[in-house]
Amino acid sequence: MGNTEIGAPAGAPFIDMSREFDAPRELLYHAYTEPDLLVRWLGPRKYEMVVERWEPRDGGRWRYVHRDDAGNAYGFHGVFHGPQTVDGMLQTFEFEGVPGHVSLESLWFEERAGRTTIRNHSVYQSVADRDAMVEASMADGVNEGYERLDELIARLQAKEPAGAGSTN
Amino acid sequence: MAVDPLSAVFGALADPTRRAILVRLAEGDRTVGELTSPFPVSQPAISRHLKVLERAGLITRNRRATARLSHLEGEPLREVTEWLARYQAFWDERYDRLEALLATLEPRPEARPAIQQEGD
Repeated sequence: MGNTEIGAPAGAPFIDMSREFDAPRELLYHAYTEPDLLVRWLGPRKYEMVVERWEPRDGGRWRYVHRDDAGNAYGFHGVFHGPQTVDGMLQTFEFEGVPGHVSLESLWFEERAGRTTIRNHSVYQSVADRDAMVEASMADGVNEGYERLDELIARLQAKEPAGAGSTN
Repeated sequence: MAVDPLSAVFGALADPTRRAILVRLAEGDRTVGELTSPFPVSQPAISRHLKVLERAGLITRNRRATARLSHLEGEPLREVTEWLARYQAFWDERYDRLEALLATLEPRPEARPAIQQEGD
């Protein structure tokens, strides 16, 4: 938790992220390329995520939609470029709510001693685009952050201060 | 060239000397001479750093008697750390779930000993 490293250089339309996982990179690749697995972690928890296409190969297309309880739908789509392998993936990304603002997402899976670091480099068309994308994502991120905090507090409160047995 | 405020703050923070200056100013207002002493750089160099910090709104400079004091302004720093921290929380949430998912997937047979796991 709190392990994601993020860099957003001033004046340059990039965002860099990295995160280490205790898993071989084949497993991460699996989680990134299998739609059934993708929806279990990429979709915001409060939305239903439906993957319409996910074709991780050169020229393959992808599209998914997030739906909330109020019936709002948010579509995203793009194209995969080059071979998509355990070394890494490359794709374009566009939020259909703001058409024409496309980013290029590079992803690398770097394995060392059974642990894998995911490195993500996103290139936007402008610094303004980058900042707008971050702002839009954060609207959800804040809510989910609070949800997680709520869950944590609930768990802490459920636990007796002394002599309580572990429930898992 | 016009730079948006957040970019100016990020630019100002992208330097170890300037970050160290901010840390010192968090203890209280300082003159340029007081700020120069711990650093292996000249007073004009520190003055240039102070100008960058001032343009980003991270400090203000006031004259008291003959000394010009630099003062830390908290608001832009709060904005920039909030901006990144919130985006980080967004991705932490996703990656935490990815991590939990990975733990449920079959490991590579050649890489891990066979361990009896709860299946679904």
